[in-house]
Amino acid sequence: MLYIKCPHCGLRSQNEFAYGGDASVKRPELNKEISDQEWDEFVYLRKSPRGKHLELWHHVSGCRQWIKVLRDTSTHEIFNTYKSEEKVG
Amino acid sequence: MQKYSFLSLIKNAISGHKGWEVAWKDPTPKKEYDVVIIGGGGHGLATAYYLAKEHKITNIAVIEKGWIGGGNVGRNTTIIRSNYMHDENGLFYEKGMDLWRSMSQDLNFNIMFSPRGIINLAHSDAQMNAYARRGNSMRLNGIDAVLLDREEVKKKVPVLDFSDNVRFPIFGALMQPSAGTARHDAVAWGYARQADSMGVDIIQHCEVTGFDISKGKIQGIKTSRGDIKTKKVGLCVAGSTSILAEMLNMTLPIETHLLQACVSEPIKPILDHVVTFGAGHFYCSQSDKGEMVMGGDLDGYNSYAQRGNLPTLQHVLTEGIAMFPFLSKLNMLRTWGGIMDMSMDGSPIIDKTHIAGLYLNCGWCYGGFKATPASGFTFAHTIAQDRVHELNSGFRLDRFSSGHLIDEKGLGTKTWIS
Repeated sequence: MLYIKCPHCGLRSQNEFAYGGDASVKRPELNKEISDQEWDEFVYLRKSPRGKHLELWHHVSGCRQWIKVLRDTSTHEIFNTYKSEEKVG
Repeated sequence: MQKYSFLSLIKNAISGHKGWEVAWKDPTPKKEYDVVIIGGGGHGLATAYYLAKEHKITNIAVIEKGWIGGGNVGRNTTIIRSNYMHDENGLFYEKGMDLWRSMSQDLNFNIMFSPRGIINLAHSDAQMNAYARRGNSMRLNGIDAVLLDREEVKKKVPVLDFSDNVRFPIFGALMQPSAGTARHDAVAWGYARQADSMGVDIIQHCEVTGFDISKGKIQGIKTSRGDIKTKKVGLCVAGSTSILAEMLNMTLPIETHLLQACVSEPIKPILDHVVTFGAGHFYCSQSDKGEMVMGGDLDGYNSYAQRGNLPTLQHVLTEGIAMFPFLSKLNMLRTWGGIMDMSMDGSPIIDKTHIAGLYLNCGWCYGGFKATPASGFTFAHTIAQDRVHELNSGFRLDRFSSGHLIDEKGLGTKTWIS
């Protein structure tokens, strides 16, 4: 069982959360000419690192806020959690 | 190579089993090979075997970080099928079915292929319609498919819950009678033994640490047991693909996720087929030892840990008990995990790359085991001829940017829910 410290609610079990994937992926800006390659990178390409991974989680059975979690993908250790608007590192 | 037969068994039994030769050698890596395959799992070993057998290239090294058969080829739930709707997948996996049927003879190794049939349960009229459509698509591609109604399912699998008060009543099922299971370790060992006998070096406990690339061409690889020169490298490393891709400065349309499986204590024969739940994600078969072999959803977050977490296992087994109430009375014998290379459309990638001499085989998601022979066969062709085989011509790396996805389930790019 993972225990995730929601920045709004405190430490909760993973059962309350839904995963949202790599948080470092940026959607291309609106109303801007976007190349196919930029779309490809945004929609499909992922670094999928072994080690530290900044990711989105949704506290769906709690405060319903999206949060960011810095987690190790090989040990599952959670280093830190952030509010969605917080800048990380 | 010593041929395995009834006679050789008797002969060796009389002489106290002292006459058996090693099944494959433990060579020291040479300085140079014609082809290096990275990854000594089912796909890597099959690729080496078909390179030697079909393309007469035998100066090959298979480089394995751990030991052969220790990765996903020994961690899957052994299911073999080709019940796909899209042509690219259907024809590819059906080629695999042909190879599975003759594999024990071909490899002179009993892989215990058991074509017991797979039954995908349907729990609504809409799902029955969808299965009728999928079954028709399969039959157009020459794959056997039978639509079963509720009574026919009851006859085949009486232990399912057919009571009236269940949340997901069984309406019927789609069955592929020629699908089945095989002994997964034997597949790795069989391919390894034959490849070795044709001159392939299987190098275990050897980790790839880097690549030597100049002028856009592969020149060799760096390993924990020294540098190896080669003009052709094939990557067959499943869940570790993104780690090697990072060394190659490539970003791929895959993510690595964790999948668990488990077996119960052995019981007497009760389940004759492979059966899957249609209202969630759970599949089950009974091994020759009598254990119920079960699996289901991914753990649901990026992971390189080959061990799982209980909430997912509990969720998966809840589905299992909804299907087979008797499962709740069994003890769990063993659970384990493996790491999957989840592609963004659920279909694999077997292709050349922008680096000359570097070939990519990845994106197998849940279904790598059944693909083993077809993957090895087409990947060997791709490497030997430097062009894709018609059977893997749809599994291109650039299909994501060009929009030619093979999205069998239509689930989109959230790999952890697919």
